[in-house]
Amino acid sequence: MTAPSTPAVSLVNFEDDAPAPHHAGKDSRPLRFITCGSVDDGKSTLIGRLLWDTKAVKEDQAAALSRDSTGKQNDLGLPDFALLLDGLQAEREQGITIDVAYRYFSTDKRAFIVADTPGHVQYTRNMATGASTADLAVLLVDARAGLLEQTRRHATIAALMGIRQFVLAVNKIDLTGYDEPGYHKIARDFRELALTLGVNNVISIPVSALKGENIVLSGKATMPWYEGPTLVEVLERATQRGGQSTGFRLSVQRVSRPGEGFRGYQGTVSGGSIKPGDSVVVLPSGVEANVKQIVTFDLIRNAAVSGDAITLVLDRPVDIARGDMIVALDQRPQTGTAFSARLVALSPDAIEPGKRYWLKAGSRRQRVTVTPTQQLDLQSGKWQPATTLPLNAIGTANLDFDEAAIFDAYETNRQTGAFILIDPDTNNTVAGGMIQGRRKSSDGLAREGAEKVTVTLPAHLLAAFRASDFARDHAGEIRISADEDE
Amino acid sequence: MTSSPQIIEHGRGRPPLDPHLKALENEAIHIFREVAAEFERPVMLYSIGKDSSVLLHLARKAFHPGKIPFPLLHVDTTWKFAEMIEFRDRIAQEYDLELHVHTNPRGRAENITPFTHGSARYTDIMKTEALRQALDAGKYDVAFGGARRDEEASRAKERIYSFRTPDHRWDPRNQRPELWNIYNGMIRPGESVRAFPLSNWTEVDIWRYIEAEEIPLVPLYYAAERAFVERDGMLMMAEDARFEPLPGETVQRDFIRFRTLGCWPLTGAIRSRASNLTEVIDELEIATVSERQGRAIDRDQSGSMEKKKREGYF
Ligand SMILES: Nc1nc2c(ncn2[C@@H]2O[C@H](COP(=O)(O)OP(=O)(O)OP(=O)(O)O)[C@@H](O)[C@H]2O)c(=O)[nH]1
Ligand SMILES: [Mg+2]
Repeated sequence: MTAPSTPAVSLVNFEDDAPAPHHAGKDSRPLRFITCGSVDDGKSTLIGRLLWDTKAVKEDQAAALSRDSTGKQNDLGLPDFALLLDGLQAEREQGITIDVAYRYFSTDKRAFIVADTPGHVQYTRNMATGASTADLAVLLVDARAGLLEQTRRHATIAALMGIRQFVLAVNKIDLTGYDEPGYHKIARDFRELALTLGVNNVISIPVSALKGENIVLSGKATMPWYEGPTLVEVLERATQRGGQSTGFRLSVQRVSRPGEGFRGYQGTVSGGSIKPGDSVVVLPSGVEANVKQIVTFDLIRNAAVSGDAITLVLDRPVDIARGDMIVALDQRPQTGTAFSARLVALSPDAIEPGKRYWLKAGSRRQRVTVTPTQQLDLQSGKWQPATTLPLNAIGTANLDFDEAAIFDAYETNRQTGAFILIDPDTNNTVAGGMIQGRRKSSDGLAREGAEKVTVTLPAHLLAAFRASDFARDHAGEIRISADEDE
Repeated sequence: MTSSPQIIEHGRGRPPLDPHLKALENEAIHIFREVAAEFERPVMLYSIGKDSSVLLHLARKAFHPGKIPFPLLHVDTTWKFAEMIEFRDRIAQEYDLELHVHTNPRGRAENITPFTHGSARYTDIMKTEALRQALDAGKYDVAFGGARRDEEASRAKERIYSFRTPDHRWDPRNQRPELWNIYNGMIRPGESVRAFPLSNWTEVDIWRYIEAEEIPLVPLYYAAERAFVERDGMLMMAEDARFEPLPGETVQRDFIRFRTLGCWPLTGAIRSRASNLTEVIDELEIATVSERQGRAIDRDQSGSMEKKKREGYF
């Protein structure tokens, strides 16, 4: 691609061979993927190269790129492809990625949304942001360095968030003299890590992001020993995240009452499907009703499926408010006041035991007391007992609610099993969470975890008990939870 | 509102949206509803262009059968194309919209123009400052905008709920995590959020959606014979009486159209024969230059958009 010397004043530069129109993406949702891995492993360069080689970089952008490339980043005379992604001034100054960049491109076969995430441990929160919606993760490793703690952290977060396809890109292979045994060792180490995370769909590729080898174009010339696909070939063939295995779910965002006689419940279907005549139950109230109509702008629909933004009309007057869930009568989610969940801690302030946060899931926001129980040791891969979760920690916690909460396990439904925690003091999002399941706490005092004891008592006594001397004296030893039958 | 809406079963009379556009539409509607429910005083920035037209269409869909539950705001720099203003007023009437128009009174009094004060200072006063004035006056705690991440490198970094300080600043180094489709709308008094339902749309998506949904647009997007001059590598339309050719410039007439619309002295046209939607899309799909190429304000330097956003630009 050549940069025009004068700004173009027509869209098409007819002197060049214009690329063929991209019709990709017309028949399906784009594949969403992320790049992740440790700092400086070449994530942004790889995506930049991918955009470059798929002709997603326009002439004026190419001109800006060569203008901005300082030549400091490489001595091959190639542009600094990372600048196509690192769009913030601070990123350009420091030569690192700080926040996720979302880019859109397509090949003849498929459309893609890629989130280029930062490798720096300080910005793990931004990596988690990108990972939460991805179908696939491309994990980069520097061929000279092998797996690092940050590689493990990112792989773990990606797996926890439900990504089941990993591509390992062993990058900067040019700097190892295209060392085949070194590549195989890293690939083996990574496969082992992925297996412990429950991911067995792993494809490894030796690449040079900078030189564009095995990204879009083949790397046969320098790596005759590699027989596998290029990165873009793998991406074109990847599958999207599986659907949910729960019944119908709709988290009510708004109640629409434009006039007498019409009352519709607006929200996005987050599981299963629905059609007029279906029986539903409203949670937490437990009131049952039947679906009368599915209203959209265009027409009265005869059915709606997961992902559809709809307005639901029921056959009888029911008291429903924002945050309520309308669900299939025969396939209900779990309701209760005690759950356990995996957490990724995203705030400089640790997640503290017994602290009350706002929890938002779907359109429902409620108060929750969070008690961390375990933290993952990234070196050993083992879960260790823990009482707080510092910044970037991956952990497990008990959630105790004042009022009934409604969830599915994240494994069965990523919409109704995911939540964020908001610190009421700062209004910041301090953790992302994935529900494991409801906690049983039938007897008043149940031993749980390593040393802690859980005290379960009726919800109306919680505050008084927490304020008591006994609770204060034993703060480190007990866990307080509300009786869910209250 | 008093009478009940009539829900009549009717087909679209058009083929259903393809899954890609449908997913984008669903996401945008979800965001509209979430914002409208969580914030006290929303407003929608309406700039009359193609993205705003799509945004408006999606807002109508999101709240159907009800009305859009918030006003629209147009920041009028007084240098918009006349066809844009006509279109704006027609649409507002046709769709029965609550439309507020604001012009910076200081800028008007001091007669700030892009020709006399330069594009940077003009944009700062007539756009950024005017926007801040209007948002403060309306005490809006959230404003919808039609920005897309594919437009520019700093936009590509922005959240769907983009947090702003009481003086409307964006801090790109300190954005809140934004996981799944769960949005954190908690703010303190004075703080606000810019919400971007079209974040994940590309330019081609916008055009294909306009085609599929038959969304009306300002005719300047389609090629016609128009008068213009070439200035600084940009095709500037000889729009109204305030246009003065510089010495040596000749006013030409040829087929041109616009890829984005803004203030006429700052928005470059392109030579094109694409006079309808299909032709525009065909041309776009083989385009070798990006959308913002024609915009004087983005060309100044790399990072100029980020700088403006830090100062409170949309
Ligand atoms: N020789 C060589 N250098 C590379 C390759 N890929 C990336 N680099 C260089 O590695 C440096 C870091 O690249 P980036 O793409 O910014 O790394 P990153 O992983 O995005 O970094 P963060 O986002 O800050 O974590 C740059 O100087 C690149 O030019 C490669 O395949 N070969
Ligand atoms: Mg990077």
